[in-house]
Parts: sequence; C-alpha cells; structure tokens
Amino acid sequence: MQEKKPSKAPKSPNATKAKSAAAKPAKTESKLSELQVTRERKTVIMQGNEAVAYGALDAGVNFFAGYPITPSTEVAEILASELPKRGGTFIQMEDEIASICAITGASLAGAKALTATSGPGFSLMQEGIGFAKITETPCVVVNVQRMGPSTGMPTSPAQGDIMQSRWGSHGDSPAIVLYPDSVKESYELTIRAVNLSEKYRTCVVLLLDEVIGHMRESVRLPDMANVRVINRIKPTVPPHWYKHYDENQKYLSPLASYGDGYRFHVTGLTHDAHGFPTNKSVEAGDMMDRLRKKITYNIRDLVQIESHEMDDAKIAIFTAGITARAAKAAIAMARYEGIKVGLLRPLTIWPFPDDAVRKMLRNVDTVIVPELNQGQMIREIRRLTKDKSDSNVVAIQRVNGQLITPNDILRKIKEVS
Amino acid sequence: MTKSYEIRLSGSGGQGLILAGIILARAAVLDKHKVTQTQSYGPESRGGYSRADVIISDREIFFPEATNFNCLLALTQEACDKYLFDLRDTGILIIDTTFVKNLALAADNTYELPFTEIAQEQLGSAISTNVLSLAFLTKVTGIVSDKSLEISIAESVKPAFVDLNIKAMKLGFKLAEEYQV
Repeated sequence: MQEKKPSKAPKSPNATKAKSAAAKPAKTESKLSELQVTRERKTVIMQGNEAVAYGALDAGVNFFAGYPITPSTEVAEILASELPKRGGTFIQMEDEIASICAITGASLAGAKALTATSGPGFSLMQEGIGFAKITETPCVVVNVQRMGPSTGMPTSPAQGDIMQSRWGSHGDSPAIVLYPDSVKESYELTIRAVNLSEKYRTCVVLLLDEVIGHMRESVRLPDMANVRVINRIKPTVPPHWYKHYDENQKYLSPLASYGDGYRFHVTGLTHDAHGFPTNKSVEAGDMMDRLRKKITYNIRDLVQIESHEMDDAKIAIFTAGITARAAKAAIAMARYEGIKVGLLRPLTIWPFPDDAVRKMLRNVDTVIVPELNQGQMIREIRRLTKDKSDSNVVAIQRVNGQLITPNDILRKIKEVS
Repeated sequence: MTKSYEIRLSGSGGQGLILAGIILARAAVLDKHKVTQTQSYGPESRGGYSRADVIISDREIFFPEATNFNCLLALTQEACDKYLFDLRDTGILIIDTTFVKNLALAADNTYELPFTEIAQEQLGSAISTNVLSLAFLTKVTGIVSDKSLEISIAESVKPAFVDLNIKAMKLGFKLAEEYQV
C-alpha cells in the first residue's frame, strides 16, 4: 500500500521470510518513538481532541482514515498534518462507512489504525465495527458525542451513545468502551484504547463528551518514557502452522499481517480457526464463545474505576465523563455542609463494572445517576439492584444541549439526604 | 489566589470571543495557574450566540463551565441580558456600549466603553475588539500579568496579525488605566 512507498528505494525483498518482514515495522516504530521523545513536555493549554490526537501518535497509531465531523474535527485536522511527518498515512474518505472499512483493512496489513467521528458517523460505522469485532481486527473508533438523534445539535453535548457503543452493531459481540473526563485522561485513555485493541484484537471505542473534546485545560502530558505501548502479538510458528484465530487459555491469539508471509482468510461470515466460513454449529459456538470470553475472562484488566470520597459515603453518585466533573464539584459543596456523599466513576463503561457497582449498592443508602440522556447508564444500575436492602436509585437526566451543573446535583443530594 | 476565578466572555459569533478565551487561558498557564476554557456556540460561523468561559484557579478545577462569574464581558445586548443574572454581587461587569444600550440591573462594578467603536476608529478595524476588550479586562481584574498576556497573544494569533493585536492590547491597557483614574 502507500506506506510501502518510501521503503521502495532500497528494494529489499520483503515478501520472503516472515522474520525479515517482522523486523521491518519494528524499525519504523523506533524511528517514530525517537521523534516523540524529542517533543517538549511542559505544561500547556490543550484541547481534549488535541490530546486524543497526540495520544494516538504516542500509542504508535500510523494510519487514520476518517470523515471530519463536528465536534471531532480537530482529531482529523491534527493527524492530517502530523501523521505524514512521521511516516504515517492520513486519508480523508468519502464517508464514515468507508472510514471504518479503511482502518480495518489497514490494521490487517499491520498498521495501528484509528478513526474519529461523532453520532451520525458512528451510526454509519456500526456494521464496520461489527466486522472488525468478528474478524478480531484491532482498531480504535473515537466518538465525540453530540446531541442526537440524527444530525441533532452538532455543537451541543449529550451522553446519548452509551448504549449504542455497547449494542450498536447487530449480533452478540464484545465491547470495550472507555470514557475520559478530562483533557489529560483523553490522552491516557486514547493510548489505553489503542493498547487494548492490539492486545484483545478488537474494535475499541473511546467515547468523549462534546465538552471534553472542545474544552481546553492546562495539562502536562507524561514523558514518553512513562508511556506504555502494547503491540499485537505476532505469530512465531511457521506460516503453514498459523491459525488466524488460535485458541489458548486467555483467548488472545497472535495476529499475522498481510505481507508477513502468512496466508489467512478474513470474512464477516461466521468462520473457523483459519478464517473460512462455516455453518457447523460446534465451530460457530466456539467462535462466539471466544468473542465473549476474551472480555469476561479478562475483566480485571479491562475495568477501570475511580472512587472519589466513597469511604464514609451514605449517598453515591455514579456517572462518567463531564457529568462526573459536575458531581465532584457538587460533592465538595455537599461535604462542606456535612453531607456524606461520594462518586464512583467508570473509566471503562463497557464491560460494565458490575462488581464495583454491586458493592456500592450494598454500602450506600441512595445512588444518584446523573446523565445527559433519557436514562441509559441507570438501566445497568437498576439491573444490578436485586435486593430490597439495596440502595434507592435516583436519576438526574437532561437532554437539551445544556450540561447538568453542580447545583443541579447538589439540589438532588439535599433532596435525598 | 485561593479560590477559583470565573470569567465569561460573551457576544455573538465572529467577534473572536473564543480566541480571546484561548489567549486568556494560555496567559494564565504562563502565570502557572490551573485553567479550564470551555465554549458554547451555534453551528454558524458568524452571528448567533457565542461565549467562552475561563476558570483560573490554583486548585483542581472540577466543573469547567462558569456558573457564578467573577467577571462578565458582554459585547452584545443579548449576551448581557442573558448572563447578567449569573454575575456575582461583587463581580465585575464590562460592556461594549456600541451594542449594549440597556442594563437590566445595575452592577456595582460596571465598566462601560464603546470597544467596537474605539477599535474601528483607533485601530482601523473592529476585528481586534476581542483583544482590546480582553486587555481591558485583564488590567481591571489583574487576573493575569501583562507580560503573560503579551506572550500569549503572540503565540495564539497568526503571525501576520501579531502586531495589530499587540497594538490593540496596549490600547486596552491604556483605556483601563485611564478609566481607573
């Protein structure tokens, strides 16, 4: 593909042995990280979307295909200028369907690939996301949420894609969805999203609120030495032994790239270990089990949660993203008045942190769930409320383009305390 | 500064308020403060409402939108009418009398100047009203140092417009000094 162009000059035989081919991407990677180390790391003012773009670069993303859309445009804008400088590829596609297909293809050819979009584009990408998941191809979709449905309000915040990011694609499929609440965390979780996609061979979604994407904050990004980058496991077996979907204890199998000398088949149809379509119920069942188990067996690695002032809390607030920041401000005000209230904030919203939520439901009297939608996260909390003695669950919901403010939450805290 | 200081810059799209917010935020970072800057605007590039919020603090800032401002800059009547009620009792109100003709209620610390007219007459274009009024604001509130504001302007605007904006900044400082007298 286009990436190969610069390496054409030495004219080395790159299709012979997997070993020599495997050494090649490693070489470009070290060159990339060399560039990154030299970048100054001082406190600057940075936008959430900028942090996503730099996070992607620091995680080793070298391919972006996308269709710019408010409020995610800056991600594409920055990567359009930065990727070519670092030997990467940027393509503006004709639409979001093409974008998700392009990053999936690039990933199969060995690239670390990412795209960024918002609600309407995210809807178009759903089929492609399902394809990336069933073919177990690493890629990252950044969805900077705006108000929907349809084109909605492009510059207004909403948290309406929480359920879509889990169930948007048809059929049972795994989902890893991360949700930052600050500019710095946007950087960190972008790196984590790329890492998890490489490790678990799946499409990872990063959900941002419009406000987080557009917000500028004073931030000092960590030095590259402190950034942990995970690369996909490459097969070590001879090509004729390679299975594209190999079983092992952790349900994580090595991934060859096209051009490495390994032959494999990729299809959206239910497939066997070599990737060829199958209608056998045993093989179909195995495939679906693997997709599920690679999430459920690794849930401790995937779930990340922040517990804020929860030790003695009688009231808990459960929310993610920008609403969690309003909650923290409300908690400071309520604590000043002597009300014992805390916050539980998932950084990974899917898989859902069931264990942490069950513990919270046992320990507090009331759980307040503020969200900028008509009730999505609260369904999961209610699902986990089994016992009569479990906490009372209360909602704060708003979908009008305005944020839930600290005062809105404080009022509710006072109401239930 | 112990508590956080909340500033809202408001007006209509095209007046450069978000750029002014970025300049202010960057200047505050140079002064080693913690900062958040958020904005709200319509889908159009000119006209419609537009506002930029800047919160400057020495502690972690939880909620990034200004809800109870220490200072409000209003460049249009609509913005003034909409946001004046969220200004603190002790807050500072700065209005552009080119467009703001009526005040719904009298704030104690009100500064009134026809910023757009002044920019048009003395700088040759209304385009630098944002920096002119921002410089006035920072001088009156003392929220960021003059030097940091100057560096921030130079870093934030396109090279071709640095001189014009520095000129606007100096005029803003001068207006503020004369106003205080």
